[in-house]
Amino acid sequence: MSGHSTYEPKTAIERWIDQRMPIVRFSKDHFMDFPTPKNLNYWWTFGAILAFCLGVQIVSGIVLAMHYDPNGDFAFNSVEHIMRDVNHGWMIRNIHAVGASMFFLAAYIHMFRGLYYGSYKAPRELLWLLGCVIYFLMIVTAFMGYVLVWGQMSFWAAKVITNLLGAIPVIGHFITTLLWGGFSVDSPTLNRFYSLHYLVPFIIAGVVGLHIWALHVPGNNNPVGIDLKGKSDTLPFHPYYTVKDGFAISLFLILFALFVFYMPSALGDVQNEIPANPLVTPLPIVPEWYLLPYYAILRSVPDKLMGFIAMAASIGLIFTLPWFDTSKVRSMRYRPQAKLYFLIFVVVCLILGWCGAHEPDELVVPGLDGFNLGDANINSFVWLSRVGTLYYFIYLGVLPWLLPLFETPLPVPDSISTPVLGHPAATPAGAAASPEKKG
Amino acid sequence: MLRKVTVLAALAGLLIATPALAANTSLPLKPVHWSFQGPFGKYDQEQLQRGFKVYHDVCASCHSLKLIAFRNLGDPGGPFWDRKYKTPNDNAYVKSIAAEYKIPDIDSETGDPIQRPATSADYFPWAFPNEVAARGSNGGALPPDMSLLVKARDGGPAYIYSLLTGYAPAPDALPVPPGKFYNPYLPGDLTSQWKGDAKHVPVGGLIAMPPPLSDDRVTYDDGVKATTDQEAQDVAAFLNWAADPKMEERKQTGLAVMIYLLLFAGVMYASYKTIWRNVEH
Repeated sequence: MSGHSTYEPKTAIERWIDQRMPIVRFSKDHFMDFPTPKNLNYWWTFGAILAFCLGVQIVSGIVLAMHYDPNGDFAFNSVEHIMRDVNHGWMIRNIHAVGASMFFLAAYIHMFRGLYYGSYKAPRELLWLLGCVIYFLMIVTAFMGYVLVWGQMSFWAAKVITNLLGAIPVIGHFITTLLWGGFSVDSPTLNRFYSLHYLVPFIIAGVVGLHIWALHVPGNNNPVGIDLKGKSDTLPFHPYYTVKDGFAISLFLILFALFVFYMPSALGDVQNEIPANPLVTPLPIVPEWYLLPYYAILRSVPDKLMGFIAMAASIGLIFTLPWFDTSKVRSMRYRPQAKLYFLIFVVVCLILGWCGAHEPDELVVPGLDGFNLGDANINSFVWLSRVGTLYYFIYLGVLPWLLPLFETPLPVPDSISTPVLGHPAATPAGAAASPEKKG
Repeated sequence: MLRKVTVLAALAGLLIATPALAANTSLPLKPVHWSFQGPFGKYDQEQLQRGFKVYHDVCASCHSLKLIAFRNLGDPGGPFWDRKYKTPNDNAYVKSIAAEYKIPDIDSETGDPIQRPATSADYFPWAFPNEVAARGSNGGALPPDMSLLVKARDGGPAYIYSLLTGYAPAPDALPVPPGKFYNPYLPGDLTSQWKGDAKHVPVGGLIAMPPPLSDDRVTYDDGVKATTDQEAQDVAAFLNWAADPKMEERKQTGLAVMIYLLLFAGVMYASYKTIWRNVEH
């Protein structure tokens, strides 16, 4: 939806650059003049928040990398050296660790927005796929970053997940040996995780570039979910959405700072303050909160390979959504039944996360002695995880094509201005132009 | 219907905030007020000095403090910080404390192994040369390093305090092997050792450390009465400092950052409202 470029180089230097590499033109077209729907709500600010988070992680990570030692004998103490001796090292480390959690919080909100408003539907399928790729790379990066601390949980999480990959038939053993750099998780594993942890964020940055490119071809989706009628439905990205995203980022930073300065350990695990010990297994072994739902899905299947397949499929199903969804209506604002199932899905994801934090045999309701169903008590977290996993797979794999056969969507407005003005926007963007002038 | 589901979602969100807890295996921790708790908390320097005395006289015989150097005692926020000294290396208390300790080193001329007095740059030495020696002297159990102990235990300083003051006689149906002691605050599972009613297994566990503190075990230089309770609080505060020496700086920086961000958000909001004032949205 980006129209003809209106950039006019004014000075000789600008003309010289524009003739050789039109980067100023490109920046103006895509980051300033880009026609953005007028009606975007605050759920749309999380894209900018995520880009900001990526920048924060890269900058804080590069500074940490100047002081970190990836040798197994020194890694844990090098992190403590950063916390105690490096000038403001405690702040940089807290920013990076809390930043990872904030990155995932923003990513989940961003993804749930995509689900609710149908942003993954045609013609934005590739945009959605690139987003899924970014999400997968984020998970890989975060997992490796957590291992770098080389605390008890770092070591044992590495052991659990790398052993899991050994379940893949034929090539599993080869993959785990390649990841380990030896015959078990040890210093070589740490070294190569360090190398990859430094690399993958830059791959993410590249895919983010593709993600924004794929967005700018059809243009943004909007809360009403309909295609825009024309330029009068849009505003230039700058200054309208740069200032709105800036405001959203400032609120996000307040939450970020609350954790960095007042609750830096709240999102972590106390076991990771103990240096890695291959001879002592901590109980329980749990990943960071943002991976807990997948941990619950993994443990709900009693077989090692099938559990791994279930976990992989739970991420893989997100990729297939644009093709499974047959609804003619994009936004769930106008799909009340779909909205209900979506809200239940959000609750189920939170419950799955809660399950992931507990031992599978633990009772959900303490003191309530249920009966034994199959391999576990009905009142155990493993059965709650199974119910949650079932709904998860039904919601992503079945409902998208089944629900449109039965639901009756509400009438969709004919233009994005109608819900606000009561009628389509008749006047061109001139009425909203010149925000810099008074009056 | 939708409202009910939304409320459910919010509740589920709150549930996720509960930490990963195993089944209730120890007593809830004793409530204590710490000078350093809360967003404006500060270490009480005199308490840190008393806590250091408890560590020095009682705990250091078995436990190491490997991540703390003598100079850290003189850092801002530390037990012996004094603003009249430019660096901890000039601090008389730090230097005299360090000089009490002997550090293995080599003779600079002959290369022979020697023991020399520590300087402020050295780290606290351990009473044992290695882990095997430590286990040998403690019935096979390893006294954990205390540099991060407060951060490495659920409950932090309250846990340390509760554990130290919480030793209790073992229930009759719990046979306690020699060299072990029952402590209801130690998270553990006594089901296999419990000889009584299987529905009433006592909480707590068996710890290899005998109750280390008692009244007047330590003599405080500032005249404060050294009860077990006081000693436990002081050493827990000292250990909290050892694990989190930057806490005061962190909270003070946090205050400045929060004020700045609130003002910044206000300015951004005003800008947003101004720029959008003519748009119907």
